[in-house]
Amino acid sequence: MSRRFTPKVVTANHLMEGDAIWLCEDDSWTRDMSRAEILEDVAHADLRLLHAQAQPHIAVGAYLADAEPTPKGPQPTHFREAFRTRGPSNYDHGKQAEADL
Amino acid sequence: MYHYSDFDAAFVRERVAQFRGQVERRIDGSLTEDEFKPLRLMNGLYLQLHAYMLRVAIPYGTINGRQMRQLAMIAKRWDKGYGHFTTRQNIQFNWPKLADVPDMLDALADVEMHAIQTSGNTIRNVTADHFAGAAGDEIADPRPYAELLRQWSTDHPEFQFLPRKFKVAVTGAEADRAVIRAHDIGLQIVERDGARGFRVFVGGGLGRTPMIGKVLRDFLPEEDLLPYSEAIVSVWNLLGRRDNKYKARIKITVHEHGVEEISRLVEERFAQIRPNFSGVDQQMLAAIRKQFSLPDLDDRPMDGFTAAYDSDPVFRSWVDTNVTAHRRDDHAIVSISLKAHGATPGDATSEQMEVMAALAEGFGHDELRISHEQNVILPHVARADLPTIHATLREAGLATANIGLASDIIACPGMDYCALATARSIPVAQDIATRLDALKVERDVGPLKIKISGCINACGHHHVGHIGILGLDRAGVENYQITLGGDGTEDAAIGTRTGPGFAYDQIVPAVERLIDCYLDLREDPSETFIQAYRRVGMGPFKSALYPKKEAARAA
Repeated sequence: MSRRFTPKVVTANHLMEGDAIWLCEDDSWTRDMSRAEILEDVAHADLRLLHAQAQPHIAVGAYLADAEPTPKGPQPTHFREAFRTRGPSNYDHGKQAEADL
Repeated sequence: MYHYSDFDAAFVRERVAQFRGQVERRIDGSLTEDEFKPLRLMNGLYLQLHAYMLRVAIPYGTINGRQMRQLAMIAKRWDKGYGHFTTRQNIQFNWPKLADVPDMLDALADVEMHAIQTSGNTIRNVTADHFAGAAGDEIADPRPYAELLRQWSTDHPEFQFLPRKFKVAVTGAEADRAVIRAHDIGLQIVERDGARGFRVFVGGGLGRTPMIGKVLRDFLPEEDLLPYSEAIVSVWNLLGRRDNKYKARIKITVHEHGVEEISRLVEERFAQIRPNFSGVDQQMLAAIRKQFSLPDLDDRPMDGFTAAYDSDPVFRSWVDTNVTAHRRDDHAIVSISLKAHGATPGDATSEQMEVMAALAEGFGHDELRISHEQNVILPHVARADLPTIHATLREAGLATANIGLASDIIACPGMDYCALATARSIPVAQDIATRLDALKVERDVGPLKIKISGCINACGHHHVGHIGILGLDRAGVENYQITLGGDGTEDAAIGTRTGPGFAYDQIVPAVERLIDCYLDLREDPSETFIQAYRRVGMGPFKSALYPKKEAARAA
C-alpha cells in the first residue's frame, strides 16, 4: 500500500552561493522557505521537481522536502529542513544572520 | 619541514589552473553537476547544508607560521573569519563561494598547500603523531615517511578510483597519539635487531562497522614501505566491494576474507611489484628526512619558568594540563586548546591563527602542528619562554587549561554544517563543556575523552571515546546514543552501547550522571575514568544512566 502523499516543497542548493533555495510558484527561486510553492499533489510535485532539475545553472541537488502548509506559507516539518532555513546553531551565520539585516 | 620541489609546485599550480577551468565550465553550463561533482571533490570542495565547504590538507599536521597566516587570510577574505580544524589534520572553510574557490586554492599554493585528495575515493591526507619529532618516547620522526607516502599516493594513477576512501596514519612511538589502529593502514615505526621498520596494521576504521586494525606484518623493513603499501592498496582495489559502499572499505575486505588470506595476497602482490622499486624512493626518503631534522635548540635557563610555575596558579594549572615533556628537558611541547568552554571544538578565528603563527615564529622554530584532537601544537618551545607564551595565548582566548580533560571534546561539524549528518554535535559539545566549567569538576575528574559524532560515519571518533556520543535521527527527532569504554590509543577498543539513546535536552544531564557515577566509584583519584570502567564494567554506569528503568526492574 502506498503512503498518503504529504505536502512538499522543492528545495536545492544555489550553484554559486551554495545556500538553500526553494522553488516558487512563478518558477523563480527564493531564499525564504515561506515564499515557496507548496505542493499537495504527487503528480504536480514530480513535475515541479523535474522543472527544478532542468535548471542546473541555478539549483544543485534539487529534491522534494516535507513541508507544512500554514497561513504564513510552507514551514519545515523535519529539523534538518528547519536548520536549512536558519543556519548553524553555533554562530549567527547563514540565513538567520541575513534576516537581521 | 618539507618544502615543495619544483615538481610539487608545478603540479599543484597545474591542478589549480585545471580546476579554475572546470569551475568556469560549470558556471557557463558546459559541465553538468554530475560531471562537475567528482572534479570538485578531487579538489576538496563539498556542497554542504548551508554552503560549499573547502577541506584543505595539512599533511601529517605540520605547518609553519607563514602557512597559518595564509589560512587566516583566506578565512578573512573569502570565508567568515574562522576555520575548523578536523580530526584528520585538515582545516575546513565553511562558507566559500564557488567562484572564489580557484583563488583560494591559488592562495594555498602560494604557501605550498592544497586541497587535493581531501575527498573522493582516493588515498587521503596522511596523518601522523602531532608530537612527531619532539616527543621523548619516539623511535624516529614519522613525518618523513608520511611525506614519502603523500608523494607516492598523490595522483597515483592506479589509485584514483578506489572502491572507497583510504586513510593512512603513521606514528614513531609505542604510545599511539595518531589513532593508527582506526585507519585503513596504520604504521608504527619499530626497531628489530638494530634495523628500522614498521609494524603494519590494516583494516582499522570507525564508521558504520567499527573495527580495530589487525597486524598484517609485525616487522616490515623500512625500504619496503612503498611497495608493501602499494601491494595492500592494490589487493584491496581489486577485492573491495564496489557493489555496496557500506562494505567497500578495506576493513570489510579484511573481515570477509580474513587477515591470513589478505596477507597471502598482499605478499604475493608485493613479491611481484617489489623489483619495480629500484631504490629511487629511498633516495627521496633520505632527501626528505634532511628537511625534518630537529631545529637547533639553544640551552636555556629554567629559572624564569620555575619562578612563574611556583608563583602563578593559573600558569601552573595550564602547564600541568597543556604542556608535555619534550625530548629535551629545557624545552616543552605546548598544546594550544581550541576547546574554550562553550566554544566550537576545533574552530580558530583568523586573529587566533595569526597569534599562533606569531608564537611559532617568535618562540617555536616556526613550527605548528594540528592534532587529530582538534588542537594546535607548538612542538619546540623553551620552557623559559612559557610564561610569555601563556600570557599571549590568554589575551587571544587560547589559554584554556583543559588538554586531555573532559571538556577537550572532539566533535564533528554535525548537522550544523554537514549534509550527511543525522543530528547536531557542536552544541552538544558546547553544552557539556559549559556544564563542566560551571561544576568546576574536570580537574578532579582527570583524563577523560568525550568524542561526539553527528552521524554513523564517526568523524568525531565516538567509538574510541571513553564516553562516545552518536547523534541520530529517530523518527524526526535528534537522539543521542552513548558508548562507553572506547579507546583510541595503543590499547584501542571500540566502545559498548549503554542502551537507549537520549533526547537533545537530556544528553548533557546523562553525561553528568556518568561523571558523577565515576567519581563515586573510583578507588582513588589516580584511577581514571577508563580504568574505573575497565574494573567495574558497564553495570554501575548503566544504573546511573537509566535510574528509573533499573528501579522498575528491582520493584
